[in-house]
Amino acid sequence: MQVYRWTLTMALSIVHRATGIALYAGTLLLVWWLVAAASGHAAYATVQAFTGSIIGRLIVFGYTWALMHHMLSGLRHLVWDLGYGFKANEREALTWGALIGGIVLTVLIWIIAYAIGGVR
Amino acid sequence: MSAADTPKRSMRTPLGRVRNLGAAHSGTSDFWRQRITAVAMTLLMLPVIVVVMMTLGSNQAGAKVILGSLPIAVIMLLFIVASVWHMKIGMQVVIEDYIHNEKLKLISVMLNNFFSIAVALASTYAIVKLSSGV
Repeated sequence: MQVYRWTLTMALSIVHRATGIALYAGTLLLVWWLVAAASGHAAYATVQAFTGSIIGRLIVFGYTWALMHHMLSGLRHLVWDLGYGFKANEREALTWGALIGGIVLTVLIWIIAYAIGGVR
Repeated sequence: MSAADTPKRSMRTPLGRVRNLGAAHSGTSDFWRQRITAVAMTLLMLPVIVVVMMTLGSNQAGAKVILGSLPIAVIMLLFIVASVWHMKIGMQVVIEDYIHNEKLKLISVMLNNFFSIAVALASTYAIVKLSSGV
């Protein structure tokens, strides 16, 4: 495999898988949140204490990025599935778009979350 | 020999029976479902983010009112079904790519199914409970 020059599309292909696996584990957070909301005050307060902590915020921030990146990277794959975007410059543009778009959307979501005052 | 004793015979050739089924032996159904659920989640992403943001400032009582309302419960249920289905297929692809020991592969695929269904049912039960006010 060493004969291949490492390209951006190759690296992002791995990242797509890695974010997918992270999101798989991250669904536990979603389940915990929903089950706690259905369970009662104490359980929900525990979730909020966790997501409000530094570690919790980092994990939810990472989860947000994994979700946004995986979505955009996946849409890129959908474009390829439909038979478009295979030229060298198009490939690169789609891949950079997913990479930058994922970061931009993540930051945007967190800015909005802080702006509406929900995150304290 | 009555008709019931006659073994069932197909007019299809062995090649005809397996054609188009590929390495998965089940055709392209998983490939297609992976894409349906991906598009579904992309469409649901904005509403789901809005729902999560709505709950941010509130305590359990507030979250219960928000998550228990009918349109929001339906949005969350659709997202849960799509995401669990999508992640189950995705993880199976990863397992089949990297685990070559046949027994370990079977166990992993089985655990993947258990985990995915547990996530789906626990989340669904929570949403239904929040909606019904039990």
